[in-house]
Amino acid sequence: MRLLALDTCTEACSATVIIDDEAHSQYQIAPRQHSVIILPMIESLLAESGISLKQLDAIAFGCGPGAFTGVRLGASVTQGIALGADLPVIPISTLASLAHTAMRLQGANQVLSAIDARMGEVYYASFQGSSADDLSCIGEEKLSAPESIDLPEPQASIAQWTGIGSGWDTYHQQFLQRSEIVTGSLAFQWLEDKFPNALDIALLAKIQFANGKMLTPEEALPVYIRDKIV
Amino acid sequence: MRVLGLETSCDETGIALYDTDNGLLAERLYSQVSLHSEFGGVVPELASRDHIRKTLPLIRQTLNEARLSIDQIDGVAYTAGPGLIGALLVGAGIGRSLAWSLGIPAVAVHHMEGHLLAPMLEAVQPTFPFVALLVSGGHTLLVYVEKVGHYQILGESVDDAVGEAFDKTAKLLGLPYPGGPELSQLAKSGRQGIYRFPRPMVNRPGLDFSYSGLKTFAMNTVKKLGDSIDAQARADIAYAFQEAAVDSLVIKCKRALKQTGLTSLVVAGGVSANDCLRGELKKLCDKMSVELYFPKLEYCTDNGAMIAYAGSLRLMDGHIEEAVIEAKPRWPLDTLS
Ligand SMILES: Nc1ncnc2c1ncn2[C@@H]1O[C@H](COP(=O)(O)OP(=O)(O)OP(=O)(O)O)[C@@H](O)[C@H]1O
Ligand SMILES: [Mg+2]
Repeated sequence: MRLLALDTCTEACSATVIIDDEAHSQYQIAPRQHSVIILPMIESLLAESGISLKQLDAIAFGCGPGAFTGVRLGASVTQGIALGADLPVIPISTLASLAHTAMRLQGANQVLSAIDARMGEVYYASFQGSSADDLSCIGEEKLSAPESIDLPEPQASIAQWTGIGSGWDTYHQQFLQRSEIVTGSLAFQWLEDKFPNALDIALLAKIQFANGKMLTPEEALPVYIRDKIV
Repeated sequence: MRVLGLETSCDETGIALYDTDNGLLAERLYSQVSLHSEFGGVVPELASRDHIRKTLPLIRQTLNEARLSIDQIDGVAYTAGPGLIGALLVGAGIGRSLAWSLGIPAVAVHHMEGHLLAPMLEAVQPTFPFVALLVSGGHTLLVYVEKVGHYQILGESVDDAVGEAFDKTAKLLGLPYPGGPELSQLAKSGRQGIYRFPRPMVNRPGLDFSYSGLKTFAMNTVKKLGDSIDAQARADIAYAFQEAAVDSLVIKCKRALKQTGLTSLVVAGGVSANDCLRGELKKLCDKMSVELYFPKLEYCTDNGAMIAYAGSLRLMDGHIEEAVIEAKPRWPLDTLS
């Protein structure tokens, strides 16, 4: 199975080509440079992995939430490539991809992903699972001020939660002052400096692909969460 | 060569297929006017969100109408600027990536070059060199056009664009957005000689324009009337505004033609749809024995056809660009080559 994944939703710009169990990835922190570097990045990954676009089975992309322009850029690039190469697309949530990062790097199985949404708010969601196959979102992805996010229900059996994403980097003080955490009914550790990564998007998309969850190129659409814009 | 054109610089999604042998094959235009009308102007984020939903379906419809599949196109042209950054990035992102994935050339088109060349889509075309008057929502330009890509700015607005002045004055008169066409409709029932608006910059040498004063004058006139303003007064104001706006354009065109000694005038951009402007320029050009060219009405405002056409000229000329997605919200026309 051959997948291309890309993400331009936040400060990081990344792409991954997966050929069965082999992955080729590039990841770069490049604020406002995504539009310039994304296609050359994909081109060099395809060259490195020795396959052409036509040999891919699908394109996965980080569909948001994140910066509006970045989220739309990823969707635009995906639409363009998918239309030209006649490929199905697989949207993957940036929050879910972060949860997968925490799982992959630290074996975390309860994750609260939060992305800085500017204007004093974060995009966030809680996830549980033990592998890419069973990673699931508890409730839904939301937007709120860091001090008023819905924290996951304390689970007696598993004590530890992991926080990941720029929302944590910016607002960990506010999170950690929440009474649930102060009183110890929820335990948190925090994984610093992580942005959505196309590698995790690809690994999650693999499961979607196996389950036949592909969309048409025109369905490669952004998920903004923040809809109050005027 | 078949070129797919994408226009997403503002509030219309325009897609067209232009064939350098057979002309325009098919096109689609989706206007977001109803989306923005309740806000009295274009909301950039809403515009971008709509473009990304509409572009691909419109490309498919355009291809279907031309009975072509995507791999039968030879190049992609997209508006890269000037315009709203977020909106531009959608067209540029989709267009550039599409061309890259098909392995065909792409070209970043200057929106105003698209407008300027729109009259070339007509049966009778202007010949170079000519003077161009570009009048739209964001621009008021007099351009010396030596040939494609060689543009010298003779004059421009020092403040508001003429289309913007039409829109703002229309809003003042309680007309729905975008007010330009509405105002010109209302002016039809206005009477000559009731109000006299100033003709900004005409007493000064040079070819620059100014429209913010006209808008202020309209505002003060409306204010002075207060509650006594009625339908007839509104129409009279619309008439006087349009008369002054058109007059200053005509005066500057006359000067530009005299100064350059050229005998062709091309008028394009949204405001070139204005029938008062068309009529007055016709009179001027007849008097001066100058050939006058307009795009057809649909191609005065934003559309994909003008972008596909402008792009096709550059691609035929061997234009090559890197696989880099670039949007240029500000991009002076005279920096083209
Ligand atoms: N009949 C008319 N009379 C006066 N103004 C008109 C008429 N029809 C359209 N317009 C004006 O034309 C403008 C829209 O033109 P166009 O679509 O070319 O502008 P734009 O794309 O918003 O700006 P730009 O091309 O400078 O980026 C609006 O300001 C509109 O009011
Ligand atoms: Mg325009």
